[in-house]
Amino acid sequence: MSDNHQHHDHPTGIKRWLFTTNHKDIGTLYLWFSFTMLLIGGSFAMVIRAELMYPGMQLVDPNFFNMMTTLHGLVMVFGAIMPSTVGLANWCIPMMIGAPDMALPRMNNWSFWILPFAALMLLMPMFMGGNFMSGQGPAFGWTFYEPLSGQYNKLAFFVFAIHLLGISSIMGSINIIATILNMRAPGMTLMKMPLFVWTWLITAFLLIAVMPVLAGAVTMMLTDKYFGTSFFNAAGGGDPVLFQHVFWFFGHPEVYIMILPSFGIVSQIIPTFARKKLFGYASMVYATAAIAFLSFIVWAHHMFTVGMPVAGELYFTYATVMIAVPTAVKVFNWTATMWKGAMTFETPMLWAIAFVVLFTIGGFTGLMLGVATSDFQYQDTYFVVAHFHYVLVTGALFGVIGGVYYWLPKWTGNMYNEKLSKLHFWISAISVNVLFFPQHFIGLQGMPRRVPDYNPMFADWNFVSSIGGFVFGASQLLFLYIVISTIRGGAKATSQVWEGAEGLEWTVPSPAPYHTFENPPLIK
Amino acid sequence: MTKHIHRRTVLGLSLVAVLMFGFGFALVPLYNVFCQAFGFNGRNIEVENGTYQVREEVVRTLRDGVDKNRTITVQFLANENKDLPWEFRPLQREINVHPGEVKQVRFYARNLSDKTVVARAIPSMQPSVAIKYFTKVECFCFNNQIFKPGEAKEMPLIFVVDRKLPQGIDKLTQSYTFFDTQQGKSDSVAAAVKSLVHG
Repeated sequence: MSDNHQHHDHPTGIKRWLFTTNHKDIGTLYLWFSFTMLLIGGSFAMVIRAELMYPGMQLVDPNFFNMMTTLHGLVMVFGAIMPSTVGLANWCIPMMIGAPDMALPRMNNWSFWILPFAALMLLMPMFMGGNFMSGQGPAFGWTFYEPLSGQYNKLAFFVFAIHLLGISSIMGSINIIATILNMRAPGMTLMKMPLFVWTWLITAFLLIAVMPVLAGAVTMMLTDKYFGTSFFNAAGGGDPVLFQHVFWFFGHPEVYIMILPSFGIVSQIIPTFARKKLFGYASMVYATAAIAFLSFIVWAHHMFTVGMPVAGELYFTYATVMIAVPTAVKVFNWTATMWKGAMTFETPMLWAIAFVVLFTIGGFTGLMLGVATSDFQYQDTYFVVAHFHYVLVTGALFGVIGGVYYWLPKWTGNMYNEKLSKLHFWISAISVNVLFFPQHFIGLQGMPRRVPDYNPMFADWNFVSSIGGFVFGASQLLFLYIVISTIRGGAKATSQVWEGAEGLEWTVPSPAPYHTFENPPLIK
Repeated sequence: MTKHIHRRTVLGLSLVAVLMFGFGFALVPLYNVFCQAFGFNGRNIEVENGTYQVREEVVRTLRDGVDKNRTITVQFLANENKDLPWEFRPLQREINVHPGEVKQVRFYARNLSDKTVVARAIPSMQPSVAIKYFTKVECFCFNNQIFKPGEAKEMPLIFVVDRKLPQGIDKLTQSYTFFDTQQGKSDSVAAAVKSLVHG
């Protein structure tokens, strides 16, 4: 107790951020990093939508377009969504379970500081070569299928960027699991933990299980390219289809890695603004675990058309459709939580409700794609693009944005501007549907994904989609403005912040002091 | 004080991460075993070890005689590999056969480069479920083919379509792509890694 005071002087300026081992500082770093990546990945998306606004080639050459689709996907998945949820975990998990910090604070610092270098290594080849428009960045799609990706002459940059991202995620996950398992305040049993903590615990296990498999896949690509092995190289008895199996063994759990933390966030927000306890807490925990388990045994539904035996198609169809059951449990529980609740519609609640509605649309199109017989028609079309943007943008990203609005007063001590943030919500929620909903139509009509030019019959909906894209992109600058102005000032937030909020993080003052729960709280 | 609790958790979880890295590599032999057992994806026995074993099915197919009531169209494709200056085509694009009937077709290949090339033809069949019913008695894909600079060859493929070919399949497409076996094979690290992985 007496040595509490000496913890309070910490370095200031740049050294504070470089050397910090404080979970709140590191959370902040993660969140700013992911926001930067969101803007970078978003600007790539703007190039894509600008090129696709009209049929024919207008702005960029095809290789540059391919580079944009590839880097947009990689930057958003590994740079924006994943680090943003790690940032929220860093900020909130210790406060939610009554721990003074993360279990391994120095490793926490390292997990973060690897990321900017990984991002640099991923993006650097874009600027190599004399002519920017013929940039040498990866241009083989975010799924980097062999044998195409094996032709890339700067493959080592890509492979090591993925290695670094993987190391960062694995260390971050080990840290989160150690924190949750070992550092809960006395009385905080596992089944009393807030659902955000639960979803992150399960996400962290998924990460530890599949990021190494991805690391293995890119290592095999590396040795195929530079050391003469033939894992994926048909000439030496390898098989490119094997790459798809290894990739999707990682890739399918990966999509739950991106969405589960948002499930947790929404499960915190909805009870707060419905002023009711979360309906079916235990079933939420078990449903999350069931989704995580099923994610390991459905991977080949991403590759129904490679030439699988009918028995395989049937198995992967049934297993995939089974995931709808635990997912539906969650959606019904959120709905039941709102049922007859004393609901108010502050900004975080708006994002959470939009999440429930729009994520469910993405879930339904997922069912259509998960059935092999219909997937043969939809695969590699804009229908797939529409599907995964509904689950990742209006799902994962909306959840994270809702979470930022929910906890921002706790982090900064100031209330955000409710009018502006509602404006941000409505512009985003409408434009994102203008952006992605028409992509269902052009996909069903047969427009292939990853093409810079297309048949003029798709022109009208592409134009509409591009307009939606520009508005959605621009509205995130409003988000940036709101966050910065909230940090700078605004109405003071109480420690409770929200009338209906429950949980330990709402018992500490706002802004949350640099050190919290140095003495464990008492859990009733 | 809680350091040793964390140590156990961290060591355990790190072990899981290391094992999963190994599992990624274990998928390679697992996949090969799986594909060979079920004959998926064109990975037949002869492709793997360069020898051909006469399987019971071949003997049975020949003994059962020809099924004149069914006619199967077999199409042949030859793909050119961009890394190999090579001319390669089937001499018959398409042939009609009855199940149980032994047929021969020929492929033509010419080395357009000024180097001796040791190349291997890798087969692929659509629909892939038909692979195990398409029995090759003799195939140029069984062995490495050596081409001197400018050399041209006609190469045989002798095959039988099994009488047990599922009903409803009446067209098979067999394609070949030639690969340079010497490409990227100079590194000794490569051989070491490969033998490590394939046992």
